[in-house]
Amino acid sequence: MSILADIFSATILFMIPLLLVALGGMFSERSGVVNIALEGIMIIGALCSCLFLRFMDSSGFGPAHPQWGMFFAILVAAFSGALFALLLAFASVNLKADQTIGGTALNMLAPAFAIVLTWAIQGQGQTTILIPTWSRITQETIGIAVKENFFQAFLFKSFYQTTIWAVFIFIITAVVLYKTRFGLRLRACGEHPQAADSVGVNVYRMRYAGVFISGLLGGIGGLAYTLAAGSAFQSTVAGYGFLALAVMIFGNWKPLNILGASLFFALFKILGSYSGSIPFLPKFENIKASEYIYLMLPYVVTMIILVLTSKKSRAPKAEGIPYDKGRR
Amino acid sequence: MGEQKRRSLRLPLNTNILASLISIGVGLIVGLILIYVLNAKAAGGAFISLITTGFRSSDKFAKVLYQAAPLIMTGLSVGFAFKTGLFNIGATGQYTIGSALALIGAIQFQLPWYVCLLLAMIGGAFWGIFPGLFKALFNVNEVITSIMFNWIGMFSVNLIINNMPMMLAKYWGGAQMDRTANLMQANPNALIPRMGLDVLMKSNYMNISIFIAIVFALVAWVLLSKTTFGYELKACGYNRNASVYAGINAKRNIVLSMVISGAFAGVGGGLYYLAGNGQYTLVKALLTAGFNGIPVALLATSSPIGTIFSAFFVSYIQVGGDAMQPDFVREIIDIIISVIIYLAAFALLTRELLARGKQHREDAALDAAEAAEEAAAEAVAEAVVEVKEEVK
Repeated sequence: MSILADIFSATILFMIPLLLVALGGMFSERSGVVNIALEGIMIIGALCSCLFLRFMDSSGFGPAHPQWGMFFAILVAAFSGALFALLLAFASVNLKADQTIGGTALNMLAPAFAIVLTWAIQGQGQTTILIPTWSRITQETIGIAVKENFFQAFLFKSFYQTTIWAVFIFIITAVVLYKTRFGLRLRACGEHPQAADSVGVNVYRMRYAGVFISGLLGGIGGLAYTLAAGSAFQSTVAGYGFLALAVMIFGNWKPLNILGASLFFALFKILGSYSGSIPFLPKFENIKASEYIYLMLPYVVTMIILVLTSKKSRAPKAEGIPYDKGRR
Repeated sequence: MGEQKRRSLRLPLNTNILASLISIGVGLIVGLILIYVLNAKAAGGAFISLITTGFRSSDKFAKVLYQAAPLIMTGLSVGFAFKTGLFNIGATGQYTIGSALALIGAIQFQLPWYVCLLLAMIGGAFWGIFPGLFKALFNVNEVITSIMFNWIGMFSVNLIINNMPMMLAKYWGGAQMDRTANLMQANPNALIPRMGLDVLMKSNYMNISIFIAIVFALVAWVLLSKTTFGYELKACGYNRNASVYAGINAKRNIVLSMVISGAFAGVGGGLYYLAGNGQYTLVKALLTAGFNGIPVALLATSSPIGTIFSAFFVSYIQVGGDAMQPDFVREIIDIIISVIIYLAAFALLTRELLARGKQHREDAALDAAEAAEEAAAEAVAEAVVEVKEEVK
């Protein structure tokens, strides 16, 4: 039973970054900007928030008020990611540049910048930023007694504030996208910007907003990934930004589907890392290093499902095309 | 208007090169500012070693050429797909599969180097089929397929090599558990020939791989610029609907373009590992070598011949970046390269501005010429009238 709790707990933990970042990507693409820079945005969000957590730790504020410290770190992650994303918005909206190329540049810039900055701050060769232990929410934090039951094992194995915020953010994004004037306008800009412009929507501003929101969510996703992956930030998010992009397409650019897709992908990923301790999974005893079969599994399954659902898949029509007022 | 359009289309080569050079210049200036901010005392010396190390000795120059060869190949791979309107972010996976097949041929089956290189090509081409096929048949975005197949490729290679005991360094008396055998011990015949160049350049990094890569670049150029097939590929890239309307089989071309693109990346992997200076390490992270093809292709604006120069440049400043250590971390090079690509992203804009500037000058010249012509014609007409009057 405790293994099951572990698996569920780990699945949720790895699902959160995918969900947040894929939702971020959705906002950008729904406004008409292909955001391949999610990976870089995650790295910048994680970098700034982890540096901030270190600073809080050494200043003494963090250990004294751990959850406030964490809350501020999340804000730092969000806004640093958003600022970085503005570089993409500037290139793709103002300069009408190729969005894929601009995104690739940012993806290359982010890890290099992270390493250079970490060196500059922590000294030569120090490329990891340790995350303080107080960042986790434990039974103690909310004042309940520690018990050895399924529920507590599931909830408190690895529980961070990012998980709570992800739930709120998911609800807010779904409402904003479908139930507000802003959401309607944003979607219009991704489908037919000329039509949106003709009824007085400022397409440039909407696309800036879309990319900015993707930066906010991508930054928090970067922090969430770093918390999930271990106890330190090492200038990488191991391709999670690209996976989130796949999850977004898999989720058909819709919030609820993205939730399902991220859960699905995270579950398969965790099955891979727990394959040794799950009794009913085949063990492939005569194959050496059989863990690679399970590590491969989420990618293979996602590929199969993408093929099967490709008929229904529909990307925003105007994504990737710079909007030029002169060509209406 | 038609005349004007034709004139601006005649310009792109020069303006492309100029735009790339401007991007490089700005990138280097950003790098210089950055290292001054980080450590002003060591900055001057470090910057000089960044931009001169590659040419300082034949040994360093050999290293530049050694690193440039696989970069040319991955750059060609990405650039070739770009020409057909596809973004091949899967060069890494194709490179990995190519490397693995080359090494399996070399170590497990003890084949000579040219057969191994052919295997690398086949491996890369095979891994390129998937994104192409999925795009053509199911309309799955090639970026996503490529990303998925990068990981699938890397895990498959690790799985396969782990199950071939002969492949590992340990079988041949090496100490490390996690990498493939040293080719020098396992099969010296599989090493790419050095033809005395290593003695000439005083470096054991030197072999003929750079020449092989340049030949491939020329092949890509001929394919794209001199054949009907290449024309069809480019037509699909410019406007898929129009090319279908003109009777081009766009689906077939998408698959073929990805296969050729994959083959280039695969050869890149083969060239790198058959040089014998590096051993394939079984790690759970994607090789960065394939991703480095993206900046190379962008800097060359996807032109195969340009790729040779841009790969050389990227390799050159990487060697320079290594020389800046330990005062500065080598990732500063990546920052410089990313600034260059960011600028290349709106190279279109720069190019337009440059072309417009040139256009203005040409237009002015044309106007002047026209005015002069008119004036001359008028003068002639007047003279004729005068002569006529005189005759009367």
